[in-house]
Amino acid sequence: MRFDTPATTNPIDQMKVVGQAIPRVDGPLKTTGTAPYAYERHDVAPNQAYGAVVAAGIAKGRIASIDLAAARAASGVIAIVTAEDAKDLGKGDMNTAKLLGGPDIDHYHQAVAVVVAESFEEARAAANLVRVRYETTPGRFDLEAERGAAKTPDEDSPETAVGDFEGAFAAAAVKLDATYTTPDQSHAMMEPHASIAAWDGDQLTIWTSNQMIAWSRGDIAKTFGIDKDKVRLISPFIGGGFGGKLFIRSDAVLAALGARAAGRPVKLALPRPLIANNTTHRPATIQHIRIGATRDGRITAIGHESLSGNLSGGSSENAVQQTRLLYAGADRMTALKIADLDMPEGNAMRAPGETPGLMALEIAIDELAELTGLDPVELRILNDTQVDPEDPERPFSQRRLIECLRLGAERFGWAGRSATPGRRREGRWLIGTGVAAGIRNNMVATSGARVRLDADGIVTVETDMTDIGTGSYTIIAQTAAEMMGVGVDRVLVRLGDSSFPVSAGSGGQWGANTSTAGVYAACVKLREVVAQRLGFNSGDAEFTDGSVRAGNRSVTLAEAAGADGLVAEDSIEFGDLDKDYQQSTFAAHFVEVGVDAATGEVRVRRMLAVCDAGRILNPVTARSQVIGAMTMGVGGALMEELAVDTDRGFFVNHDLAGYEVPVHADIPAQDVVFLAGDDPMSSPMKAKGVGELGLCGVGAAVANAVYNATGVRVRSYPITLDKLLPGLPEMVG
Amino acid sequence: MRPFTYERAETPAAAVAAAASTGAKFIAGGTNLLDLMKLEIEAPTHLVDVNRLGLDTIEPTEDGGLRIGALVRNTDLAADARVRRDYGVLSRALLAGASGQLRNKATTAGNLLQRTRCPYFYDTNQPCNKREPGSGCSAIEGFSRQLGVVGVSDACIATHPSDMAVALRVLDAVVETVRADGSARQIPVEELHLLPGDTPDVETALEPGELITAVTLPPPVGGVQVYRKVRDRASYAFALVSVAAVLQPDGSGRVAIGGVAPKPWRSKAADAELPRGARAVAEELFAGAVTTHHNAFKLPLAERTLAAVLSEAKG
Ligand SMILES: Cc1cc2nc3c(=O)[nH]c(=O)nc-3n(C[C@H](O)[C@H](O)[C@H](O)COP(=O)(O)OP(=O)(O)OC[C@H]3O[C@@H](n4cnc5c(N)ncnc54)[C@H](O)[C@@H]3O)c2cc1C
Ligand code: SF4
Repeated sequence: MRFDTPATTNPIDQMKVVGQAIPRVDGPLKTTGTAPYAYERHDVAPNQAYGAVVAAGIAKGRIASIDLAAARAASGVIAIVTAEDAKDLGKGDMNTAKLLGGPDIDHYHQAVAVVVAESFEEARAAANLVRVRYETTPGRFDLEAERGAAKTPDEDSPETAVGDFEGAFAAAAVKLDATYTTPDQSHAMMEPHASIAAWDGDQLTIWTSNQMIAWSRGDIAKTFGIDKDKVRLISPFIGGGFGGKLFIRSDAVLAALGARAAGRPVKLALPRPLIANNTTHRPATIQHIRIGATRDGRITAIGHESLSGNLSGGSSENAVQQTRLLYAGADRMTALKIADLDMPEGNAMRAPGETPGLMALEIAIDELAELTGLDPVELRILNDTQVDPEDPERPFSQRRLIECLRLGAERFGWAGRSATPGRRREGRWLIGTGVAAGIRNNMVATSGARVRLDADGIVTVETDMTDIGTGSYTIIAQTAAEMMGVGVDRVLVRLGDSSFPVSAGSGGQWGANTSTAGVYAACVKLREVVAQRLGFNSGDAEFTDGSVRAGNRSVTLAEAAGADGLVAEDSIEFGDLDKDYQQSTFAAHFVEVGVDAATGEVRVRRMLAVCDAGRILNPVTARSQVIGAMTMGVGGALMEELAVDTDRGFFVNHDLAGYEVPVHADIPAQDVVFLAGDDPMSSPMKAKGVGELGLCGVGAAVANAVYNATGVRVRSYPITLDKLLPGLPEMVG
Repeated sequence: MRPFTYERAETPAAAVAAAASTGAKFIAGGTNLLDLMKLEIEAPTHLVDVNRLGLDTIEPTEDGGLRIGALVRNTDLAADARVRRDYGVLSRALLAGASGQLRNKATTAGNLLQRTRCPYFYDTNQPCNKREPGSGCSAIEGFSRQLGVVGVSDACIATHPSDMAVALRVLDAVVETVRADGSARQIPVEELHLLPGDTPDVETALEPGELITAVTLPPPVGGVQVYRKVRDRASYAFALVSVAAVLQPDGSGRVAIGGVAPKPWRSKAADAELPRGARAVAEELFAGAVTTHHNAFKLPLAERTLAAVLSEAKG
């Protein structure tokens, strides 16, 4: 099905099932521990052996020698594979560094061998007996120090310019010119990367934990130099990904290599201390923002430059992209720079680009509000734009940021706020509030599904879409239920298998809208098949209450399916609506913090997000996404930082004791409001994503609240107490 | 994890006998030891399980104090009515540590003997004098935000991470042990942990195979008892700085600081400065401080936290 004109009325608009607060259909499996995660698939292949990773102990250099004698002789060892044994191993398109290193080492904890043994303990013990001698070479580990060597990345629109930014900025009555930094961050998902691999002749099956089945199937094929048809990936449940599982990682490749060498299925999970340096992370940024405005707060010039680093050949963190869209202003520019680093590979993490970009931009706007004497809510409203500021002919399909801000301000009780920082105190706590805007684009991509109707009237949906904890199972079930006129209890959803039709996958908050639109397309086809079989005119057929009706004839779906059942497959393909219209989602985030006047400890007291994201397919799962994202935003604002050892070239705090993410006690009452409505430009579902929107701007809202509480402006995340201490009130006592 | 043999001892005498061989180690709750064994930072060849020694009661002592068995769980110790009434600082320190699940397993002796949380100590690829004597210290020039600012040496700047130990230090607790030869002795908590000097691998005054049997608390000293733990998140994190204080109405008292040194940090001279306020106490406590770029904030933080505790105690 092609989608190239705005959606008109369709069965989804009934909203009998879609849009309802239906609890997760996979909830009982999860709460009873029966949802099968990759590492637990003891049942799928007999005689599984265990793999353990040997990871590089240096950041940059070469393996001089590997001594495997002790490991080979160790109890239970079946096979050991190094790069020496896997000379023909390739590299997937989505990977920058090889997933099995050697003799060259590209980054710390890059895998250099896999040891396969009868038990987990034996594999791990033997892996520790592998003796690797390295020759280290100097590396580049310090982003700031590499600034001079940075280049313009070879990517879409690394530099943009409209009008004369420099001139307009120089002439502006009010100028803000500041530099902000965001650190490297780890996805820190609950489930580690894990895979079980089994070969059947030249046919490879991998049970894994992966967000993008089709990409990853292709990359496995490419890595092993085999045909895509020989690879099957199965990933029905994923314990969190956040972008860290968009691509294949060493667990899948090493399990497959180990299984080939051992002649048996091999399971392998990355131990937590390896994940930060072995896999990907969100790259650190150094951002320079300049904003010129009139005295009454109208932005006339806006410029945003950002530097990030990556392994040579890796992508840059596009922290400037939303500065192109969020505010009006005639003269504007953005620019990206990238420096080569010999640190682990940087890549997408939840709302890549937007997250660090808005962490900086939305502090800058708060600073501009102070410079112009405007309320930060009003300043944002004043500079709202309903068209793409770089191309005023191109409107937003919908943009209700002003409504988000106004409703949020009212609900949060913004009105009583003191603009002068450091004015509110309750006992030991300095209290402050902050606001920030969020914007995340609605991206679309082809997404397919197959829908079956069986003799019991059960509707089964199959698509390689994944559910990374987001609720895909539920919204897909709702979509199929609405389309076929049944309840969700009559729908079976099967996901995450490369033998199913290719979907858009889970990433970039595109999953919900596109995967359900793909299911919609397949259901439209199935409805036609059903109508045809019954001799109904498909335009007249009504699908309700488990039956198909036309005129005064009504047939149950079970009957219509017949003994052999019916099946239809289709995909949604998007035309140019997202080129003609800028499709984005918007949020206003409000945060109240308390800062301990003595110690500088920051504790969030309340949070509110008001979101404008088209039709909300399920308010329960959507809210879960947003509160989870808000929690991640608090982490990014206050504690999350992969600490770089700039001499030794690695992330030092590479476990969950060292890399702190928020715990329950850090997260207060969270309030989420979705503006009612739908966006017919986005898809037949009229929905857009929320999973990343929920994170966009949160960090800055926290930062701005900290400033309002203390008067200390921290421009370098995370805002830890050591950065506040010098500006806190004198202590007596 | 390296292969090891395991035995469960039924009496303290049997435990020390079983631990007499080199490479033997006691295991109590295992919440620290097992993690270290998985990373091969600890590689005992023989484990002696001390959980069944019957050392899991809290009894009054003749002089009006308390004797806490070495195997009393942190949860039970924190909840004990006598501890809560008379030694509130201890209860509060325990509850500020780890998580409910960990405290259910963690024991009094194990908590005292838990090892540092220096991130380089945990990464066996990196030089670390504590883990591998003579290999160097990665932290001094590296990422040292959590690490020590006083009592440290050129060889090691690690801190002792226990919250409970800071409270025990301010309460003048005494550790009771049985040595390998069967003889018992008492070690003031103050003398249990050693400063690193040139030998950061030698962490305590205990001899090889010496078993902690109990920790005794002197009779209650009253006062306002505070434990204030400062950290980057609200729970489940080690202290950047902590303050254990027992403060009397006349302004006298005692304080010990956690998170700053290889042992709970306290001095009589600093206690004597209490009536003069936080600055005077901090100057005394941190006279010999050596900071890094990353952890220098701990000095003002400790002083400010102390000031907050003093003003809170005054009410
Ligand atoms: C995630 C996490 C967070 C934590 N957070 C905190 C925190 O915030 N604050 C805090 O204070 N602690 C914290 N801890 C540490 C925790 O308190 C310790 O792990 C625990 O107290 C150790 O007790 P255990 O009985 O499990 O010791 P074990 O692990 O069994 O033993 C530890 C050491 O003590 C020795 N030992 C045990 N019993 C005896 C004995 N009777 N005689 C002689 N030697 C003995 C063992 O040989 C071993 O060397 C945390 C731990 C974890 C894993
Ligand atoms: S501070 Fe101590 S524990 Fe840390 S690396 Fe240095 S020697 Fe090792």
